[in-house]
Amino acid sequence: MGLKNYVAKLRTNFEKGAKFEKWMPVFESFETFLYVAGETAPKKGAHIRDSIDLKRTMSVVVIALVPALLFGMWNAGYQHYFAQGIVDAGVWLEFSHGLFKTLPLIIVAYVAGLGTEFVFVYVKQKEIEEGFLVSGLLIPMIVPIDVPLWMVAVASILAVVFGKEVFGGTGMNIFNPALLTRAILFFAYPTKMSGTTVWTSDYAKIAADGQLADGITGATPLGDAAAAVGNLDFYHAKWSALDSFIGIVPGSIGETSVLMILIGAIILLWTGVANWKIMLSVFIGGAAMGLLLNTFATTTNPYMALPWWEHLIIGGFAFGAVFMATDPVTASQTEKGKWIYGFLIGFIAILVRVLNPAYPEGVMLSILLMNAFAPLIDHYIVKGHIRRRLNRVKVKQA
Amino acid sequence: MTKIIKLKKGLDIRLQGKPQPKFAVAKLPSNFALKPTDFPGLTPKLAVKVDQEVKAGSELFYDKYLTEVKFTSPVSGKVVAINRGERRRILEVVVEANGKNESLDFIKANPLTLSREEITKNLLDSGNWAFLRQRPYAVIANPTQTPKAIFISTFDSAPMAPDYQLILKGGIEEFQMGINALSKLTEGKVNLGLDAKVSNNIFQNIENAEKYAFDGPHPAGTVGVQIHHIDPVNKGELVWYVNVQDVVNIGKLFSTGKYSNERIVAVAGSQIKDPQYFNTQIGTTLKDLLADNIIGDNNRIISGNVLTGEKVNIDTYLGFYHSQVNIIPEGNDQELFGWALPGFNKFSVSRSFFSWLRPNKEYALNSNMQGGHRPFVVTGQYEKVVPMDILPVHLLKAIIIEDIDLMEQLGIYEIAEEEFALCEVICTSKTPVQSIVRKGIELMIKEFS
Repeated sequence: MGLKNYVAKLRTNFEKGAKFEKWMPVFESFETFLYVAGETAPKKGAHIRDSIDLKRTMSVVVIALVPALLFGMWNAGYQHYFAQGIVDAGVWLEFSHGLFKTLPLIIVAYVAGLGTEFVFVYVKQKEIEEGFLVSGLLIPMIVPIDVPLWMVAVASILAVVFGKEVFGGTGMNIFNPALLTRAILFFAYPTKMSGTTVWTSDYAKIAADGQLADGITGATPLGDAAAAVGNLDFYHAKWSALDSFIGIVPGSIGETSVLMILIGAIILLWTGVANWKIMLSVFIGGAAMGLLLNTFATTTNPYMALPWWEHLIIGGFAFGAVFMATDPVTASQTEKGKWIYGFLIGFIAILVRVLNPAYPEGVMLSILLMNAFAPLIDHYIVKGHIRRRLNRVKVKQA
Repeated sequence: MTKIIKLKKGLDIRLQGKPQPKFAVAKLPSNFALKPTDFPGLTPKLAVKVDQEVKAGSELFYDKYLTEVKFTSPVSGKVVAINRGERRRILEVVVEANGKNESLDFIKANPLTLSREEITKNLLDSGNWAFLRQRPYAVIANPTQTPKAIFISTFDSAPMAPDYQLILKGGIEEFQMGINALSKLTEGKVNLGLDAKVSNNIFQNIENAEKYAFDGPHPAGTVGVQIHHIDPVNKGELVWYVNVQDVVNIGKLFSTGKYSNERIVAVAGSQIKDPQYFNTQIGTTLKDLLADNIIGDNNRIISGNVLTGEKVNIDTYLGFYHSQVNIIPEGNDQELFGWALPGFNKFSVSRSFFSWLRPNKEYALNSNMQGGHRPFVVTGQYEKVVPMDILPVHLLKAIIIEDIDLMEQLGIYEIAEEEFALCEVICTSKTPVQSIVRKGIELMIKEFS
C-alpha cells in the first residue's frame, strides 16, 4: 500500500518533538478521513465495537439531504425560467442553472466553516469533530437562492464559533448551529432573507429588465397565504397542494420538495440515524395546531382557514421536522421528552406562522425556542423517573 | 409454574467460533496463580512468603480490611513467585504444584444441618467465600452483613458463552448442595434466573430456591438485570450473587470437605481452531488451556467474554470469575475510507452499513475501535440495549460530574460493568462506558467508607 506508507511517513513530521508537532491534531483530522484508525479497544471493557462512528452518522445525514438538494437545484432553475415565462427550457438547462447558483454557496459554506473548525482544532489541540459536515450543507439549503456569498461565509463562521465552539464543541451546543445562524441572518439582513425578491434566482435582474411573466410576484406560498385578505381563494388558485408537495414552488433551496424530504426521512429512519418519535410528533403537533386554527377560523385572518394538512407541506415545515428538529444534540434526550419536544415544535411553528404577521415562517423560531426548552423537558422527565424509582421502596414498605 | 419475565431490549451479537458441545481435559500446568487484581477494590495482604509450602486451601493472601476473607491456594505445592507491578502492587501469587493434590480439611456435612455461622466459617476458611459477590458495587460480599436475597443466573447470554445446561449435566447434585448452603446465608430467598428458551431445564427441579425464567436477548442472563426484575436493590439494601460453577464448588466443599476449584471453560472465538469446553481449575495458565488451538498470531486473547473480559497475555492465568476464554483478531490495521464504504460485512446495530441485508450473518469481529472518541451526540442508543428501568446516559453523566446524590437516585446501586457493556459496544461516540461505571462504583465506595 503506497498511500498508507506515504501517510505514515508524513505522520512523522507531526509527532512529538518533530517540526510540526502542534499541527498533529490537524494532520490527524485529515488522516481519519482517509483511514479508520488502527486504534484498538482498551485492555478492559468491550473488545468488539459497532462499526458506526460519528463520521458515518453524519455521512448518512448528508446522503439523506442529497435528494432534496438535487431537486432544489433543479427547482431554482425552473423558477428562474418560469418567472420569465419560459416553461420549456428543459430539465438539464434548468438543473445546470440551479447547480451553478448553488454550488458556490455549498463550497463557500464548507470552506468558511471547516476553515474555522480547523482553527479550533489547532487551538484546542483536539481532533476534528464531524458536526460541521452536516451544518455545512444545511446552511446553503435553508437560505434563499439569491443570498450573497459573503452572507453564507458569515453564517458558516458564526455557526461554528457561536453555534458550537463557544459551548465546547460538537455535542455541547444548546441551539442547532445552522438554524441559529439562519436566525441571525434573518434578523440582521431581513431584506436578503425575506420578502418577495429573493426566492427566485436573479429575480431582481429579471424584474429590472422587464422580463417578468404575467402574474409572477416572487412571493412564496407562505407569503401569499399570510397576505391573503378576506379569503384564501387567491392562494388556492395560485398554489396547488400537489405543486407544494412535489416542490415546484419558490422557497429556500432545500425546503420546497416535501417528496424529496420524505425520501431523506426514510433514509434517516431506516438507518436508525434520526429519531422517529421527534419527526412524527412534529407533524402531529403541526396538524393539531392547524386543526385548532381551522376550528376558530375568522375572516379577519383567512390564513387560519388553511386546511391543517396543507400547513405540513408548505414552507420549511417538513424540512425542519426531518432535518432540524431531529438533531440529537439540541433535542430532548429522554425518550418521553422527545414526544413533548417534537409536538411543541410543530404546534408553535404553525401558531407563529398564522398568528404572527411579522414572521411568515415559524418553523425556525419554534425549533430554536424548543432547543432552549429541551433541557427543561428532560429535567422533568428525569425527576419523574427518580420519583418512580423512590416509589418502588414505598410500595414495598406499604 | 415458573414466572416468565419477558425482556425486549438488548442485543445478541452473532460471532464466529461458538463453543461446540465437546469436552476435553486441559493439560494441567505446573504453575497456578491467584491474581488479587481479579477482585475490584481489594487491598491484599500477603499470608505467605516465596518458597513456603502450601496445600490446596491454604491461605495465600487476605483482605486488609476484612481479614477473615481469605484467598487460598488452588493446589498443593510451593509458592514460587510473588509478581508485583507499579508501586509494588501484588499482581500474581504463583504456586508450583507438587502433584500430590493435598488439601486442607474443612467441614464435611449437609449444609441444611449446619448453622449460618458454621457455613460462613467453612466458606471463609476454605477461600470459597470469594465466590460470593454483592450488589451494589459487584465486589466480594462482606461476611459481617446479611443480604436480603441471593441470586444466581443459571445461564450466560453473552456472545460465545458456555452453556450451563451442558456443563452442569453431571454436577446438579453438587449444585443443589451449594444452593442449600447459600439458602442458610440469607434471611430472604435464593433466586435462580432460568433461561426461558431451554426446555427440560436442568435447574427446574432445584429445591430451596425460587425460580424465574427470563426470555430475551443479552443482557437477560446477567445477574444485575435479573435482580432488577425480581427484587431490585434500593438504597441501603444488599443482595449477594454467585456464578453457577462456583455454586457447584461450594456444594463440593460441603460434600467432600475439601477445597474445590474446578472450572469448565469455554474456549471460543474466530481465532480458535477447535472451539470447545475444557475441564480445568481456577488459576490455570492460559498457555496450557490454549495449547496449539490458536489460528494466526495477530490476536487478542480475552479472559472472560468479548463484552466485559480482560485483554491478557498468553503467559498469564485464567481470571477468578471467568468461565470463558475468547480469541479474536487484533484490529490494529488501518482501513482506507472505512467509514465511507457501503460496508456489506460491517457489524452495526444501525442500518447505516449495508450489512443489514444479511441479518443472520455470523461475524469474525476484531478489536478495532471503529472510530474516534467523541462527546455524547446520538441519543436513545443505550436505552435500546439496557432492559432495566434506568436512564443510562443520565446515570453516566452523573458519574462523570461526580454527583453522588444523583448517581444514587439514578440507580448506581443496581448496575455493574456487565449490564452496561452493550452500551459501550454500540456507542457511536465510542464512550468508555464500563470504565465510567467502575469509576462511579469506586466513588460510591469511597464516599461511604
